Amino acid sequence: MFLVLCVLSLAFIAPVLVVLMNSFKDQFSISSDEAFHFPTGDTFVGFQNYVGGVEKTDYWNAFGCSLSITVCALAVIVLFTSMTAWYVTRVKSRYSSALYYGLIFSMVVPFQMVMFSMSKLANMLHLDNPAGLVALYLGFGAGQAVFLFSGFVKSIPVDIEEAALIDGCSPIQEFFLVVFPILKPISITVAILDAMWIWNDYLMPYLVIGSDYKTVPIAVQYLQGGYGSKDMGAMMAVLVLSIIPVVVFYLFCQKYIIRGIVAGAVKG
Amino acid sequence: MRTAGRGPKSARPRFPSDREAPMQKALKKYAAFFTLPTLLAFAVAFLAPFLIGIYLSFTKFSTITDAQWVGFGNYAKAFEQGGDFLHSLGFTACFAAITIVSINGIAFLFALMLTRKLRGTNFFRTVFFMPNLIGGIVLGYIWQLILNGVLYHVGQTVISDATYGFWGLVVLVNWQMIGYMMVIYIAGIQNVPQDLLDAAAVDGASSGQVLRHVTIPMVMPSITICLFLTLTNSFRLFDQNLALTGGQPGKDSAMLALNIYQTFYGTPGYEGVGQAKAVVFFLLVAGIALLQLRLTKRKEVEA
Repeated sequence: MFLVLCVLSLAFIAPVLVVLMNSFKDQFSISSDEAFHFPTGDTFVGFQNYVGGVEKTDYWNAFGCSLSITVCALAVIVLFTSMTAWYVTRVKSRYSSALYYGLIFSMVVPFQMVMFSMSKLANMLHLDNPAGLVALYLGFGAGQAVFLFSGFVKSIPVDIEEAALIDGCSPIQEFFLVVFPILKPISITVAILDAMWIWNDYLMPYLVIGSDYKTVPIAVQYLQGGYGSKDMGAMMAVLVLSIIPVVVFYLFCQKYIIRGIVAGAVKG
Repeated sequence: MRTAGRGPKSARPRFPSDREAPMQKALKKYAAFFTLPTLLAFAVAFLAPFLIGIYLSFTKFSTITDAQWVGFGNYAKAFEQGGDFLHSLGFTACFAAITIVSINGIAFLFALMLTRKLRGTNFFRTVFFMPNLIGGIVLGYIWQLILNGVLYHVGQTVISDATYGFWGLVVLVNWQMIGYMMVIYIAGIQNVPQDLLDAAAVDGASSGQVLRHVTIPMVMPSITICLFLTLTNSFRLFDQNLALTGGQPGKDSAMLALNIYQTFYGTPGYEGVGQAKAVVFFLLVAGIALLQLRLTKRKEVEA
């Protein structure tokens, strides 16, 4: 069985290794007939593809853009949706039910349904910049986040919160000093799930800020577009560069990622 | 600062609603603080576009402001005989059916293998899960390279025929999703109470029987959620489709999401049709998801 798993692992890593290997070859040697050939003396070009790829896509800018958007969006989502989820779970009113069910509903609606109107609306409201995109991610990610937070809040005994109120806390103090710290595990879950979504998202950034800014997925797709010949070397290099941060992130946060996925699924 | 007012301790019976009332009143004053940011973002990003989208599906338009009512005309056009939308629908449905079965079957198998306390379980879990972290666009191009390299030997490319695109996508999505579902199944399997397994062993059950009668029923909630995730994921697939084949040849390998996108942005005059297709797409996805949840929830067993 161990052997079987080893073979399977190799099969799973193989595609990435093939891309890695090709990223060191001259761009005209990455054609379909030579896709699986190891770089030789003739075809090896060192890091040339990486330099070229980074230049063509303005990769570091795209990376910075992706990073800042993802980090800001995560902070905004965790902060505002936890507050909303707490309110919606603790207060029984028509407003709160309407908001909750509206948010849950948005989880089953595919992006294509809203993409056109959303991008036009974003344009009209001057949200077609990275800051606006972060607000849009809040709106779009609120459904799942509130769902996950609510599930968790329901399991917190009301007594703790009541005690705080009796002691003279305002609800704001109560939320930030008492409730929010207890929400840490589910906050991490929400952050991980949303990080994976936002970092890799192509269509929404493309439609909303694509004409002025690039994120990593947009940069990758950019190499494909155009009617000239595709620079396969640059493509391979950029693919590798796109995979590295994700792998690093995983290796550092493995425990939380796995926990987050399981928690997300269980609450679902 | 309000203090909670309660009657003299001996006089009133305590009901939950009594205890909630002070907190409810205190919180309600802060409704705006706690919910406004989310509500505003939600309204702009989802609610308004959704409602506008429904309206627009009945109109002919190019920007939102020049819409002209055409009733069900767009829907008729979307479903016209021999149209690409129906083709995409068939393609997507087949794709979903195949990937749901293969992903969940293989992921479950892997999960069984990785819950046997073998050496290096962590390493294997990392390897199988890794593809899931990679973005759809990147995945599409990785597999485009590999598949074109393989297909070269039969003189084809991944876009020379929609069949190659189809199976290419199947392989890609399996590679991407198996690890994710496997992680969920591992957690589910690990949660099966050991005493149940022991009891079954004592009763002389074979491992096959244990699997069918103890493990699987107990893991049903994980199966529900994995089926839900693979189902919604397969139907909504976009990035990978765009990168791997771009819908080619022609529009033959475009799944529903890509088809709608190309209708909106690649076919002038067809924006209304695109929106109508999107409404149908939404009803389809929502309907199937709800149906699946209802069917599998019934099969879940309490410990």
